[in-house]
Amino acid sequence: MTMIATETAPVATTDTTAVDRRRAQISAMVRYTLLFGVGLLMLYPLIWLVGASFKTNNEIFGSIGFIPENPTLEGYRQGWETSTPYTFGRFFWNTFLIILPKTIFTAISCALVAYGFARFEFPGKKILFASLIATLLLPNVVTRIPQYILFRDLGWLDTYLPLWVPSAFAGDAFFVFMLVQFLRAIPRDMEEAARVDGANTFQTLIYIVVPLLMPALISVALFQFMWTMNDFLGPLIYISSVEKFPVSLALKLSIDTTEAFEWNRILAMSVLALLPALVVFFIAQKYFIEGISAGGVKG
Amino acid sequence: MARLEIRNLEKVYGNAFKAVHGINLDVADGEFMVLVGPSGCAKSTTLRMIAGLETISGGEVRIGGRVVNNLPPGKRGIAMVFQNYALYPHMKVRSNLSFGLRLQHKSKAEIEAATAEVARILEIEPLLDRLPKELSGGQAQRVALGRALIKKPEVFLFDEPLSNLDAKLRASMRVRITDLHKRLKAEGMSSTVVYVTHDQTEAMTMGDRICVMKEGRIMQVADPKTLYNEPANAFVAGFIGSPEMNLVDGALEGGSDPVFRIGGQAVRLGPQMGARLRPGARGDVTLGMRPQHLKPAADGLKGQIVNAEFMGHEVVVHLDIGRTRLVSVLSAAEYEGLDRSSGAISVAPDASAAHVFARDGGENISLAHAS
Repeated sequence: MTMIATETAPVATTDTTAVDRRRAQISAMVRYTLLFGVGLLMLYPLIWLVGASFKTNNEIFGSIGFIPENPTLEGYRQGWETSTPYTFGRFFWNTFLIILPKTIFTAISCALVAYGFARFEFPGKKILFASLIATLLLPNVVTRIPQYILFRDLGWLDTYLPLWVPSAFAGDAFFVFMLVQFLRAIPRDMEEAARVDGANTFQTLIYIVVPLLMPALISVALFQFMWTMNDFLGPLIYISSVEKFPVSLALKLSIDTTEAFEWNRILAMSVLALLPALVVFFIAQKYFIEGISAGGVKG
Repeated sequence: MARLEIRNLEKVYGNAFKAVHGINLDVADGEFMVLVGPSGCAKSTTLRMIAGLETISGGEVRIGGRVVNNLPPGKRGIAMVFQNYALYPHMKVRSNLSFGLRLQHKSKAEIEAATAEVARILEIEPLLDRLPKELSGGQAQRVALGRALIKKPEVFLFDEPLSNLDAKLRASMRVRITDLHKRLKAEGMSSTVVYVTHDQTEAMTMGDRICVMKEGRIMQVADPKTLYNEPANAFVAGFIGSPEMNLVDGALEGGSDPVFRIGGQAVRLGPQMGARLRPGARGDVTLGMRPQHLKPAADGLKGQIVNAEFMGHEVVVHLDIGRTRLVSVLSAAEYEGLDRSSGAISVAPDASAAHVFARDGGENISLAHAS
């Protein structure tokens, strides 16, 4: 190429631009191919899972491709029925019964506690906040046994109470911390304006702070939803009757009770178990990203 | 009647830092009082104590004769306009305006009437169904003003409401606020205003009276004219007026016809100044001369022209007179008529408008015997 450029001077500039453009194209192609390849690699297990859920039990281990040769809904149909007297619908309902109070109470209690920490001065605030952060660093395992004994003495075993009551008392330090950080970034002017307008502390919280906190509260609810949906250990420890099993335990159940594992059923139900979290995430994504005080406060 | 009285007001922070040192201030009913001072002079803290957003460490705040120290902001009969507008971002303009009334459980009809009235006065009717983020700075500030107005408070508090606006808008909002104040007053509505700003132009153009503050103390409270012509101390003299007053350290000599000496130069202040001066005021002093009152004179202070800023109708001349610099504002014609061939000119103050300040404390010692 340089040869041509020296020989025919007038065309040289257009020629080099063409070369540059081509180089840029190639570089972009290489980059995107690479990214696409790595992305595919990361996603492959998930894609395979979805594909395999439509395969017959024999085919699952027969090929590594994800497109089923004879697509069938058999896995879904049989998986839904389960080997217990209950359908998977029951287990989904059970999960819902845990998630709903847990998510709602988490949002309420964490907002209250975070408001207190972020906006008020009170004796012992520093120590209390430090201990809150300390519980964040505490491994969960450490508290399992004392908690179990506590809930056993309360007579809460085999109920959903141990799963959501701690959250109703702002037991999730991470969320409190997250909301406190979020609140600290919001100027106090609007709350002061509300106080001048005659709002008391509680009214200020409800009418001003909560709407401002909404994007953060939605994030909290979303995280709590997904974590609870995926929580296996909690229900495993506290729930013993099959009729109260949430989805996470029920999936495990189908592995246990079947002599020859019906993998297609398990995979089909896994796909269903993934759906709620995905759907909720995509619905909430808009609020997740939405700015907060845009326009309200300048400066 | 909404008279605001502040008695020995103090603010001490947790770390023992004393921000406000027992100030006393009376604002008459319907008066437009401006608190002005450099940043950190505690003018905003004072305002926030009046509003109830800051606790009072000592002294009293009375609104309409009632001590409000322990009342929450909503019960003090005040309304406040914030620097950042502080509009509620999730509410439409209409709801922003009526939030206070809704908290008071006013009837729907009453709220609608009040909103319409305020919107009409401030010309924000077309904006009522917009969100704050859809407003320009000037519009947002008008809505903030409306939110204060709708409450019909006894005292309006403004915390640097114009400092986020551009210069042109600021000038027009300035007029709008003073007009509004006059209108409220004419209609017999309570219209006592406390207005905080760091901008002396705003203070001079808007205030009935101005309270100049420095480091948590009041330096002088007076109407704009008095403040400009008879500053109580060197701080006020330097703070009010633009360009700043020249404050020159030197020595005062002579009896009834005093002479001010600086370096090797001297300037006669005349018998009129001699009569104004506090008896025995001689020795080390600070002479204050406004740039507008420094005019070319043959027997004045001679200085090298360092810089001349041409402003159109006038020229701001910076002179080096040896030890210090002087600023003089000359009309364009005056400047053109000067012989500047040597690069130096000589200027003398209009002694009747000059002031002499004590070197320590900065007190004006040329006021006491003013005619």
